[in-house]
Amino acid sequence: MSNTATAQGRLARLLTLVPYLLNRPGVEVREAARTFGVTERQLIDDLQLIWMCGLPGHTPADLIDVSWDGGEIEVGNAETIDRPLRLTADEAGALLVALRMLAELPGLRDRDALDRTVAKLESAAGAGAAGLAGAVAVRVEADPEALGTIEAALADRRRLRMRYYVPARDEATERDVDPMRMLVVEGRTYLEAWCRRAEAVRLFRLDRVMELTVLDVPLEVPPDAEPIPVERGLFRPSADDQIVTLELTPAGRWVADHYPCESETELSGGGLRVTLRTPDTRWVRRLALQLGARGRVVAPAQLVKELRADAERALALYGES
Amino acid sequence: MSRRKTERLLNLVICLLATGRHLTAEQIRAAVPGYPEQPEAFKRMFERDKEELRELGIPLELGGGDPWEDEVGYRIPRSAYELPDISIEPDEAAVLGLAARVWQQAGLADAASGALLKLRAAGIATESATPPGIEPRVDTADPAFPGLWAAVRDRRPVAFDYQAPGRPAPQRRRLEPWGVVSRRGQWYVAGFDRDRGAERVFKLSRIVGAVAFAGRPGSVEVPADADVREIVGGWRIERNRVARLRVRQGAAQGLRRFAKASGEGGDGWDVIEYSFHDTEWLASHVAGFADDVEVLAPPDVRAAVIVRLREGLAGTAEPGAAGSRTGESGAPAMTGEARRR
Repeated sequence: MSNTATAQGRLARLLTLVPYLLNRPGVEVREAARTFGVTERQLIDDLQLIWMCGLPGHTPADLIDVSWDGGEIEVGNAETIDRPLRLTADEAGALLVALRMLAELPGLRDRDALDRTVAKLESAAGAGAAGLAGAVAVRVEADPEALGTIEAALADRRRLRMRYYVPARDEATERDVDPMRMLVVEGRTYLEAWCRRAEAVRLFRLDRVMELTVLDVPLEVPPDAEPIPVERGLFRPSADDQIVTLELTPAGRWVADHYPCESETELSGGGLRVTLRTPDTRWVRRLALQLGARGRVVAPAQLVKELRADAERALALYGES
Repeated sequence: MSRRKTERLLNLVICLLATGRHLTAEQIRAAVPGYPEQPEAFKRMFERDKEELRELGIPLELGGGDPWEDEVGYRIPRSAYELPDISIEPDEAAVLGLAARVWQQAGLADAASGALLKLRAAGIATESATPPGIEPRVDTADPAFPGLWAAVRDRRPVAFDYQAPGRPAPQRRRLEPWGVVSRRGQWYVAGFDRDRGAERVFKLSRIVGAVAFAGRPGSVEVPADADVREIVGGWRIERNRVARLRVRQGAAQGLRRFAKASGEGGDGWDVIEYSFHDTEWLASHVAGFADDVEVLAPPDVRAAVIVRLREGLAGTAEPGAAGSRTGESGAPAMTGEARRR
């Protein structure tokens, strides 16, 4: 994880750049710059620097030959550094931890390729990488059956029919969807698909899929269907959202970890006041009743009133009032 | 100036790779341009350079220099320096590409793309024509993550301030970290807590401020039988009890999904069987469905639901602050059973 703006970071780049150029005689300055994520000017500066270096003695016969006439780069007399440096523990570790996570996804077809790649990377890494790979883990939950079915539908470009549980409304819904891709975000697996019922791109959490069948119908994703920008988080606030304020006791603080909170304020005694945004308060009513003494809704007043009615009706069911 | 330093470092690497025998510091000064004449200044600069090479993962081998002198010499063994000759098949390139795109934050994302760049530089094709059907992404946005990654990599003890839930202020904790694990999008560090003298798990989002190293690299011994994946949320709940629930028709889909139908409940109601482990957890879950679900049996769950509902009702009246009340029930709440389904 070296910063390429420092001499050390730049050295790391040069030690990779030289073998890259030796393996691609005549590569264009533009392409090399793009590959290394630097400007063409920076790349040429790198070439000028390499040209000043070489074996002890530093006579013209000892120095590395570099030319970029017409924008095509040629490097010679650099046998000493003609192979890249071994992968560092961080580099190999970053890939190995990711590969192990992929291997945890059940039912993935490339299982065998994954195992072979892990073995090869471990051999290419310096000391420490294998230890890192064992000590850093990303757990992923995915239903093997649903994952396999979706993978098949994506490969054969087929429409899917599913029964899907919507927790906000506590409903089981039926819908036909045209799969676009699968995502793993925050440890959970999602299907991104064009939902024919909503006529929009939707994310479906695989552990909420109740039934899933591949239809003998080719999928039809509208050309203007945009993937959901998950890098900004899965929760997308809307102007129509209601703001709900909850006060949580220490035992209820987990709520703040599991739901996206707009704000969190510490209360005396270890409690927490949080505000949530939601387009639908039905799930908040369920959450508040689940919490019991561990938390309570303080606003909006209308929601508190509804909760009171919920609790009274439920107690009446048990013959209590 | 940084450019001159880069030049000196590159010449140093080439010199130490090219030499067959170990070179003393003095020989290196003679061979590599850019070092100062003044002995103290040279020594300081050379020490820093060696450290910078080591940080990049360049193996510096120490050995006997001049046989007539006692001085230590240096070289870089090519076999330890070079990326080994490996071949990557097209299907392996595809999974490598997928793995390299997993990390969302700069540190590990740069490390992963740096690895791919080295493979490409060695002439290995790491690009694949087939688009992946699955795109996994992992966030490491917790400020404590980079420090703990380094601590686990270098097996170093750490110290940090930890805001445990229910405590008024953060507490200093000293930990021998065994590993970091992400579960449901949350990062945890597991290890030996030096103050408690026992195995503990900490949530990275509750670490306040910086993670400090509290010992030398290599000084953490990870027990051979420690499996951090299991330690972090590896519990398996055995659902050894069955509740009979009366459920309003068409309602409580969240319960029905995991239940077995068990007959008519009369007049718009069904009866379902729901297996569970923890009374408080099931009571909490059922209470959420208000008057759509009634627990018929067992009696302890029925009683616990009534308690929950009473508490809920009280919460709608009471103006006091939540922090002043104690509602510890010990139930794992949503973190337990529901998430295992």
